[in-house]
Amino acid sequence: MVSSLTKKETWSEYWRSLKFAFYCMTHPVDGFWDLTHEHRGTYAAANTILIATLIIRLAKLRFTSFLFLQVYWEELNIFLYLASVLFPLALWVVGNWALTTLFDGKGKLGQVYMATCYGLIPYPVIQLPLMLLSNVVTVEEGQFYSVLSALSLVYAAILIISAMGQIHEFSAGKNLLFTVASLFAMLVQVFILTIFFSMISQGVLYFISLVREFLFRL
Amino acid sequence: MKKISRFISIALLGMIVAVGITPITARADGSTGDTSYTYNLDYWGDVQDSPDFYTVSKVFTSSELGLDEKMKSPEGLFAYGDLLYVCDTGNNRIIELKRVNSEKFDVLRIIDSFQGDSNSTFNAPSDIAISEEGNFFIADRGNGRILKLDPDFNLLLKFDKPVDNTLDPSITFQPNKIVIDTAERVYCIATGINKGLIKYEADGTFSGFVGATKVTYDFMDYLWKKFATQAQRAQMEDFVPTEYDNIYMDYEGFIYAVTGAVTREDLRADKADAVRKINLMGNDILVRNGDWGIYGDIHMGSGGGYEGPSYFSDVTVFDNDIFVCLDRNRGRCFGYDDQGHLVFAFGGNGNMDGYFRRPVSIEHYGHELYVLDNLDCAITVFVPTEFGTLVYDAIDKFDQGDYTASGESWERVMQLNGNYDLAYIGIGRSYLRQERYKEAMDYFEVKYDEDNYSMAFKQYRKEWVEEHIAVIVIVLLAIFLIPMGIGKIKSLKHEIDTADIFNT
Repeated sequence: MVSSLTKKETWSEYWRSLKFAFYCMTHPVDGFWDLTHEHRGTYAAANTILIATLIIRLAKLRFTSFLFLQVYWEELNIFLYLASVLFPLALWVVGNWALTTLFDGKGKLGQVYMATCYGLIPYPVIQLPLMLLSNVVTVEEGQFYSVLSALSLVYAAILIISAMGQIHEFSAGKNLLFTVASLFAMLVQVFILTIFFSMISQGVLYFISLVREFLFRL
Repeated sequence: MKKISRFISIALLGMIVAVGITPITARADGSTGDTSYTYNLDYWGDVQDSPDFYTVSKVFTSSELGLDEKMKSPEGLFAYGDLLYVCDTGNNRIIELKRVNSEKFDVLRIIDSFQGDSNSTFNAPSDIAISEEGNFFIADRGNGRILKLDPDFNLLLKFDKPVDNTLDPSITFQPNKIVIDTAERVYCIATGINKGLIKYEADGTFSGFVGATKVTYDFMDYLWKKFATQAQRAQMEDFVPTEYDNIYMDYEGFIYAVTGAVTREDLRADKADAVRKINLMGNDILVRNGDWGIYGDIHMGSGGGYEGPSYFSDVTVFDNDIFVCLDRNRGRCFGYDDQGHLVFAFGGNGNMDGYFRRPVSIEHYGHELYVLDNLDCAITVFVPTEFGTLVYDAIDKFDQGDYTASGESWERVMQLNGNYDLAYIGIGRSYLRQERYKEAMDYFEVKYDEDNYSMAFKQYRKEWVEEHIAVIVIVLLAIFLIPMGIGKIKSLKHEIDTADIFNT
């Protein structure tokens, strides 16, 4: 594993798959079909795109002009802020896979993850120049910023939806149906997790109070 | 070795847990008594403690003033030059005071009757106003009339209940608060009349209602009403304007009207106004450019037994357009500048000097503030501290166009209170006028002033482009020419490589 890092082929493969993300951006149908069926994508590239997204999201806090993004640093928790990307992503991947695998979806869990990460590519690509641009515009010219910023999110959403259709080999209608269903699956997971954690904390509290009672009686 | 590492890992784990469960130190809540006497709100709405803006010079009770008969639930204050009139409502009289200095007031006259009418005494007079000609206007609430008296207290005119078809005839006319404009027209608030201010012409004729508060209802309320039965509808709230609580006419002739009958939800949704500045047309022209609404406390949680939004019972306007609203709910004074920024907030409920029990009226002389307390029957005189004087000085100098001096005053304000947003913005605005754009931008950025920052940045950007135009052109040319040149050389090289003459 480590020894492969020194090989030139590993790196050229990585670069090729990373560059393929831009092909996916402009060819959302062909690109995502080839991503899994022609093995053009790699997990390394998918992870890179995800990390780039997270880094850009953090960097935006500091480097976007205060005209567009005011940060209340006193209350900011970087880990929670990153979780606001990672947590929905995890829910989406698991929820989508769990549903589609029951209904003839061809994608594996890893492939769903990979395709979703590839679908995030517009975010770093658009937000990075936008972040720099925000520092040289006034508030009247700010419309550009907000429109482009919204566009990056819409673009990413379209790519992800298209990607799911391709890797599962779904028709357009079925794909849309399962997109909505996956969103519901995310809600269900949140519900289950909430119950799970409240149950755990109740259970822990039970033993804590038991020990406390015991200590009082001693 | 293994033992040590295990010990360390357990210790670390313990520390993490300990840090995790340590309660986060409680943050000061603006609604409770945790704040200092004077405070301000920053960009985020956090309460920032402040040095005192005003300090109590003296509290004048009846005995301090040397009155034989103690004041009884006084309701109105009116300042006319260095004369201060107190409507001693419970004793049916008006007390005329003369300000000697901020710590000494002399009782000049006690007015309890006038000449020229069969009923020549007052009954619960609640407000007084004096025109430029020196005529007295008195809201004689208990008798249901407004009196116009000449300086020797001879009756000139009586203003009675307005004759208007839309007015409920069974309602008793109770003029509560009055203001007079330069032409001696009378604007009046009467209890139970919510159509706006009652306006009388100088000759005493009623000429209409002006400036009713805006009526708001949301679509759901409207739908409910449509489907409700007659009986249910009667139970529901009516969509009617609210009554004003008090009015003040500023030096330019605009009427500031305040109302306390507002709900938290309406204020936050911008559906109700606690303060309005009414022009001749009856429209609200108050500038609301501040970060927070002009309704006093924005943190309205219960604290110390007080809950809900501030209840503005009176307002007074300085000559530099700063207006001070008096909150009856929490006993506080809120000063706002002409752009609607909160300049200061101070006060509280209690029995100490500078605290109130039921403040009902506020007046000013110069930059001094007089607050009348209805339960304490006392007038509290506030004088600006060094901090307050500096702020006024900075604002006045800016208005006069002396931007450098204004900036210097704001610098000194900032030294006294580093948490005062207006100081930073003031320094920035002074730099902006001095065309020192970069410094101005820095100050605006610290306090998140988008509009001023953009103004400064626009100029800064223009200057920068003009200075660096040569560099910009060269860089742009380089971006286009270098790749073109490289392409040209490459194709040339390719031509040479594939040229026939070398192959033969």
